[in-house]
Amino acid sequence: MALLEVQNLKKYFPVKKGVLSRSVGEVRAVDGVSFSLEKGETLGVVGESGCGKTTVGRCILRLIEPTSGEVIFNGRNLLQLGGEELRRIRASLQIIFQDPFSSLDPRMTVGQIIAEPIKNHLNVSKAEVRDRVAYLMERVGLHPEQMGRYPHEFSGGQHQRIGIARALALNPLAIVCDEPVSALDVSIQAQVMNLLAEIQEEMNLSYIFIAHDLSVVEHISDRVAVMYLGRIVETATDRDLYENPQHPYTQALLSAIPIPDPEIRRQKIILKGDVPSPLEPPSGCSFHTRCPERKEICTKERPAFKDLGGGHRVACHLR
Amino acid sequence: MGESTTANFHHVRTMRKDSRLRRNWAKLRRNKAALFGGALLLIYLVTAVLAPVLFPGNPSAPNLAKSLERPSFDNPLGTDELGRSILGRIIYGSRVSLLIAVGVVSVGLLVGVPLGLISGYYGGKVDFGIQRVTDMMLAFPGFLLALALVAVLGVGLKNTVISIGISMVPIYIRLVRGCVLSVREEVYVEAARAVGTRDPGILMRHILPNVMVPITVQTSLGMGTAILFAAGLGFLGVGVQPPTPEWGAMLGSGRVYLFNSPHVATFPGVAIFLSVLSFNLLGDGLRDALDPRFKL
Repeated sequence: MALLEVQNLKKYFPVKKGVLSRSVGEVRAVDGVSFSLEKGETLGVVGESGCGKTTVGRCILRLIEPTSGEVIFNGRNLLQLGGEELRRIRASLQIIFQDPFSSLDPRMTVGQIIAEPIKNHLNVSKAEVRDRVAYLMERVGLHPEQMGRYPHEFSGGQHQRIGIARALALNPLAIVCDEPVSALDVSIQAQVMNLLAEIQEEMNLSYIFIAHDLSVVEHISDRVAVMYLGRIVETATDRDLYENPQHPYTQALLSAIPIPDPEIRRQKIILKGDVPSPLEPPSGCSFHTRCPERKEICTKERPAFKDLGGGHRVACHLR
Repeated sequence: MGESTTANFHHVRTMRKDSRLRRNWAKLRRNKAALFGGALLLIYLVTAVLAPVLFPGNPSAPNLAKSLERPSFDNPLGTDELGRSILGRIIYGSRVSLLIAVGVVSVGLLVGVPLGLISGYYGGKVDFGIQRVTDMMLAFPGFLLALALVAVLGVGLKNTVISIGISMVPIYIRLVRGCVLSVREEVYVEAARAVGTRDPGILMRHILPNVMVPITVQTSLGMGTAILFAAGLGFLGVGVQPPTPEWGAMLGSGRVYLFNSPHVATFPGVAIFLSVLSFNLLGDGLRDALDPRFKL
């Protein structure tokens, strides 16, 4: 059985207007997302800004309360757990945030930040906490002597290392990585990615790796899910997706990755227009407004999520 | 890890705390107005503490033979209608006004800060309830509210403190709630929830420390207001009762003699003015010094 199983997850944000806050509609940030994650596996989730990938990550941990759906982690449906049970289970399901600096309390020392999960969940002595923090800091490439310093005294890459140390503090089974490197310099990105890969190997961790950049995801993922307007439009193994993309949206995304060889010319698929408003998603296939291969049926019927074999699934009428 | 590393950690920590304090102190020191306010406040505090040394006699003992004397060598600020030294009464009055300032702000902080934290953090119905009560209290001008409360509770030092304190509670509630509303959306609060910190821990360890700066500033400004309000109540005769030397009451009883003996009302008025000024200047200076975006 999969470590994490997400079934038909939905999150609608109500849009309220006026003095009486009457509901005038809803933003369908996540609109029926399903996937599973095996032990030790990395699932990459990619998509444009606003496609709902961050909301998916938050909903899995119930940092945002989902509207409906199921999140089964280690055999238990997280959406049915009460406050205290949820609190305890979060010890094994952690998150790393996109903006590493703002995820660190500016009034706490780095030692206090990393110690927080340990103090919350384990009843251990001060010396043990300090030893554990020192070990974690060393593990993520920080100097334990710096545990008395404040976050603003560190660099961007170090902030993310602090965030990783905090997430690792309780030996989690899975970590949701919400664009962990998109705020970092390219040279630092590689270091942090390598650190994440090393730790995964060492602790047999599962990652849900959210990113807007396919090339970043390629580096670390076993399987990739492509999201568009709150839905998954294609999932496949890493290899399969990059070599044989099926959905027109995936093809367009992949064609935008630069190839480091000036001799190779590639047909770039330039998508026209913007992502439609999730307040009023298009009828039928939500991608039809921008799809270069649009047919009559696409504007009317929503495509099913078809299995093309080998776990490669796509939501498109034409495949 | 041995003893030395532990000691090292400790050293690093204290050093860092020091440097932050020093930076803020440096900013405060460059602000002339705040320094002046601080100096005034220091004089005020020293006066209050050393009152029996500065004025050995009993400030409340009448001496009708010396009634309404003008300033002289014996009585530098003159005497009041009962022949008591005005300087002595001002010196002892500083104790009373300081007591009121600290008492009032304590009431405001102890009641207002927790309510503001809860209101801002939990939102919803709790917030709605607390905010409507706050609205009602804020609909009255602060002094009028204090006056109305005194009318209910009665006169005297304790009731003065309670009345003015309660009239300040809504200010703290609003201030703290507003700050909490912005801080609770911070990613580090979400991160704390993700690592399993319970609500009380989030409120005390993450939110409260990050809203301390405006609270500190408001506390300093609030002490000034408290002294002014207490003086106002004393002036009207419903505050601290005679013979306790209280600046507002001194001002009130002196106003009868304003034409022939202006010193009786003037000097307590100056004392009120300077003490309020000291708190306000210091409060403004603190606001600027503690705001990391504001570089002097």
